[in-house]
Amino acid sequence: MKFKVILFGLALLFRFARWRSAGFRERLAQRDLTVVLRTADSRMGRTYVFAGGRVASKAGIDPNADLALVFKTAEIGARLLMPPIDQLEQIEAMKNFLLHPEGPDEDAVWFAQTVMTALGAGWKIGRPLKDGVTRFCTITNGGPLFVYVKNGKIVRTTPMKFDDDDAPPFTIKARGRSFTPPRKTSLSPHGMNWKAMVYAPNRLLTPLKRVDFDPAGERNIQNRGISGYEPISWDEALNIVAGEIKRMKRDYGQGAIAQSNGSHHSWGNIGYYLSAKIRFMNAIGTTEVHHNPDSWEGWYWGAMHHWGGSLRVGGGELFGTIEDCLENAEMIVFWSSNPEATNGIYAGLEGSVRRQWLKEIGIPIVHIDPHLNDTAQFLGGKWIAPRPATSPALALAIAYVWMTEDLYDKDYVAKRTQGFDAWRVYVLGETDGTPKTPEWQENETGVPAKDVRALARQWGSKRTYLAVGGMGNAFGGAARNPNGSQWTRTMVCLIAMQGLGKPGINVGNLQMGVPHDFGFYFPGYADGGISGDLTHTGLAVSLYQRMPQLATINPSSQIIPRLKLPDAIIDGHAEGEVWDALTIEGQFARAVYPAPGHSPVHMLYRYGNSILGTLSDANRYVEMYRSPNLEFVVNQSIWNEGDTRFADIILPACTHLERYDIGEWANTGGYGAHFNSQVNHRVIAFQAKCIEPLGESRSDYDIFTALATRLGLGSYFTEGMRDIDWAKRMFEASDLPNKISWKKFIEKGYYVVPPEREELRPPTAYRWFAEGRKKDIPEAMPLPGDYTEEFLEGLQTQSGKFEFEAESLKRFMPDDPERPPIATYTPSWEGPNVAALAALYPLQLITPHARFSFHTQGDGKDSFLNDIKDHRVLIDGYYYWILRIHPDDAAARGIGQHDLVRIFNARGAVLCAAHLTARLIRGVVHSYESSAVYEPMGAPGKSVDKGGCVNLLSPARTQLKRAHSMANSLAMVEIEKWDGQTEFVRTEPLTTEQGLA
Amino acid sequence: MKKWNLIVDVANCTNCNLCALALQDEHVGNAFPGYAEEMPKHGHRWIEITSRERGTPPVTDVAYLPTMCQHCDDAPCIAAAPDAITKRDDGIVLIDPEKAKGRRDIVDACPYGAIWWNEEKQVPQHWFFDAHLLDSGWTEPRCVTVCATDALQAVKVEDDEMQRLILEQELEQLRPDLETKPRVHYKNLWRYTKVFIAGTVSAEKQGIVDCLAGATVTLLREGQKVAEQRTDAFGDFKFDRLDADSSDYELNIAADGFAVATVELSLSETKNVGDVRLSPL
Repeated sequence: MKFKVILFGLALLFRFARWRSAGFRERLAQRDLTVVLRTADSRMGRTYVFAGGRVASKAGIDPNADLALVFKTAEIGARLLMPPIDQLEQIEAMKNFLLHPEGPDEDAVWFAQTVMTALGAGWKIGRPLKDGVTRFCTITNGGPLFVYVKNGKIVRTTPMKFDDDDAPPFTIKARGRSFTPPRKTSLSPHGMNWKAMVYAPNRLLTPLKRVDFDPAGERNIQNRGISGYEPISWDEALNIVAGEIKRMKRDYGQGAIAQSNGSHHSWGNIGYYLSAKIRFMNAIGTTEVHHNPDSWEGWYWGAMHHWGGSLRVGGGELFGTIEDCLENAEMIVFWSSNPEATNGIYAGLEGSVRRQWLKEIGIPIVHIDPHLNDTAQFLGGKWIAPRPATSPALALAIAYVWMTEDLYDKDYVAKRTQGFDAWRVYVLGETDGTPKTPEWQENETGVPAKDVRALARQWGSKRTYLAVGGMGNAFGGAARNPNGSQWTRTMVCLIAMQGLGKPGINVGNLQMGVPHDFGFYFPGYADGGISGDLTHTGLAVSLYQRMPQLATINPSSQIIPRLKLPDAIIDGHAEGEVWDALTIEGQFARAVYPAPGHSPVHMLYRYGNSILGTLSDANRYVEMYRSPNLEFVVNQSIWNEGDTRFADIILPACTHLERYDIGEWANTGGYGAHFNSQVNHRVIAFQAKCIEPLGESRSDYDIFTALATRLGLGSYFTEGMRDIDWAKRMFEASDLPNKISWKKFIEKGYYVVPPEREELRPPTAYRWFAEGRKKDIPEAMPLPGDYTEEFLEGLQTQSGKFEFEAESLKRFMPDDPERPPIATYTPSWEGPNVAALAALYPLQLITPHARFSFHTQGDGKDSFLNDIKDHRVLIDGYYYWILRIHPDDAAARGIGQHDLVRIFNARGAVLCAAHLTARLIRGVVHSYESSAVYEPMGAPGKSVDKGGCVNLLSPARTQLKRAHSMANSLAMVEIEKWDGQTEFVRTEPLTTEQGLA
Repeated sequence: MKKWNLIVDVANCTNCNLCALALQDEHVGNAFPGYAEEMPKHGHRWIEITSRERGTPPVTDVAYLPTMCQHCDDAPCIAAAPDAITKRDDGIVLIDPEKAKGRRDIVDACPYGAIWWNEEKQVPQHWFFDAHLLDSGWTEPRCVTVCATDALQAVKVEDDEMQRLILEQELEQLRPDLETKPRVHYKNLWRYTKVFIAGTVSAEKQGIVDCLAGATVTLLREGQKVAEQRTDAFGDFKFDRLDADSSDYELNIAADGFAVATVELSLSETKNVGDVRLSPL
């Protein structure tokens, strides 16, 4: 009886929604369909007829209905449909076959989403302002935005200014002063560029097919990257892709489809690559192209063995370091640390104000970097400029001074560390006959020995913060060099010698450690989202319990290490270690491709944005795309750029300003814990669909849904939800409903989590360790079983102590000459010491993370960033990427300011505009990595790139042979004033089989 | 009557370019009748940022100078086109996009080079303080909202109050020689306009060269002592805020137990004299 009433109620809901909502009326107009909801024995049911934009309902079961939703019993039907809907009960019913659709999957998805549309008919999204403008909210990789929309067009985007209802910001008290950040959010340059990115001329607005690609006939694989495209209908595109997915499994079996995405997508917990994409890819079964620990390389493969930290890719703890630094530090050493350029990651310019506080308190600042970087420009201080990739030598010499002049914390070393003697004898030269004196390092680094002694003596006698890498406790910079792991290892050994965790002695550059209320639950982008994947995301930790969802499991366990993808495709085999965040020792496991029981890859599903400009020795990928082994390439992308132009079929995705999502600023969840501690306010936004998708573009979620329905997986993939319904489920799974209603949240668009009260803030990072207590900071790792002594006792290392001699390396990889158990220095294998290389390519090109764009986001696309003089330079109507060079090096080559130059080596050739600068030492040139534009001036891979992809020049060789690690921030090159030459002949082998190192 | 002023702190500008990007976001694709035509997507720099590097490695610094319409009280553009450009009561100079149509001469009238010619719309354009937003209730122009380091601050105060701020914060005009009474005021302008003399002092003891901290460095100009410093822990000294007027300078470097060293130079640009090795007595 109850079931019957509810079925009648559903009809009323449809009628109400049709009256209430134009959106629902539009939805009704999409399809004519007769649907029956009934019990399995057909004894009870109701029929709903959708026709001509109207919906009618009648008692009884129409035997000719297109679709039936079948409930096992009336009791179950009543329980599942009775509001409020219990999500756990719903998915349990689906899993246990208590509820199933009979009829076309596409109709089932449409009907379920129609019900959801009806339920949301009264929602009012965005805040109406005067003059017909509505203010929406979103979050980007460069910070949160207010988005002002009028008549379906974006008028403007601004950072958020908080109102009186929003929580006040935190205050830090130090040295008798109070420091409070402004009540607004900030943006990175690329965050202030979204209007240009949304309306970019190279937006993909229709599905495209390469003109000479015929899935049923000649595929002309050799023409990828050369031939043009023709628009096709969504139906045709989706049918081709779905057809190829089926064909792969039919002809080859599991593993034949590989999927690959960039490291960063646009923001949001639903549409993110770690969310909807994983859900879809698991549903079809794919070979994962596994990421290396990208920008943390040296930290993950190096420092982690000495101090643990797998939960932050090898980076350090962060709590309380802002207060501690401002209150207690007497000096701060920025070492390959340029937070003003990289903005930490995702954090807008939030750290800048805190570094201004550092300036205010006036402690001495030292910057160690071959480039007078933006942070050094901003903060001032002493600049020490070692040659690239020689910092480990400089660090060893500092340790030498401390050891020989008794300038370190012997008590701390004795009580909190182990293996010091093994390192000490190396530093003093007792094991290899080379004392690592300041004079010794001068030959390597070019830094005068006297400066190193002066630095070491100050550091050894003052409470000093080590600001290391872009985030202060890891990330970017020298960690991406060929010997990046040596650098990170020496860094943590230095800070350990001084007493890591004691007041004023820690790692940090004021980028991380804002005293938020971390107990307020809102998931980050790697906490599983809607992926359903309990194995490869953080879903199992909290979100799965809070937001039950159908589990997804990838039937293929085949993995390709991303840096070896060209090998895998061209050579047919590839190996590499897989990044594993759970333990230190996880990194010793080696993935081998092809995996037993799996097919080699024959189809590549590229998703997200172009990544060509971000990958080492990128011409390898150019050749890979043209391999006959790759029978089909589909690329789901927003913009037509970079490697998108190597696809057979292109599916146009919309930006996240054109779809619904939900997310928290800089909250990466399990990817790197507490990365939201970079921003001054925890901002959680309802990411509104500010405008309709441009052209025929669709959200990634809708594209996956459309493909899934062609594979009969639509109901499984969607659970009947639209993206906004998933956003609501995530809202309900979080702590938000305790503070703000859904109705208010979607109208206002954001919520600011109040900061932690001063007395409740977590203690300072590593203080517990320095004082010999159990860990008392809110970090969920190491895993309970990963502690050696009692739970919460000690670091993640095998001894629980800081290990100058790393037990993990000693036990499990004792014979690796590249990575001995102690931190050592070996000159970079790509460097001036390699005579054969230096003779041809004498300049050291450093390629740090870009300042104005973010990976390939923001760059190219005819965006506003083109007008930034230090981003690109307009010459003869073309915006060229910039190569920075010392005036003497330029003069020696006859190069003047803004001359076009050809940068080249055995791997590639790139055109750039020269910018002469005294911010670099001689012999070192500088260009940011990650150009979005790849424009070969002739045949791809065989000509000069005009776009500025300097990663065409970086080495493919991994930092360490036994680590899947990128070494792409350093390349030996030569530079000439461009003479018009457009051809390039590669002389370095292309793959491992062909002899590549 | 309170009027708008902009304070630019050169020491706080990091070259992030958000001010310029916010202008593009606001004005590209948007016309504001009565205030401005659409801004061309590229090429207009209503807020321009120029840079100046000083020194040579490893003693280099860089300053960034944002320049824009100075909203002069004696505006040469208004003198040139009184019919098309107005000085509002709140101090803002506004080029009327209708009346200024076709008036390319207005571009040339600005001695700061802060007026841009919109070829497509045939109209001169400038940074007009986002008056369209201020008039509809916004509290500051967009370039100020996005500035995360307080390099740009908009203040709406009485002129007397502004005079007080000018004295208190040592604010300067970009080009006082032009005598246009600008409403844009610069702080720490010396970072861009002045030069420095820097160097480092070292000494050898028992075959080891070390930085010499605490050495006394005296700077003389045309024979007159102008400043004195002690070298820091790295042996470094730096005399800043000097004029690049080709004056003759002399550095005298003295430390106990060492002979005084002297360096002479003519200052036409920033000078890094490098390492001065003192000889023991």
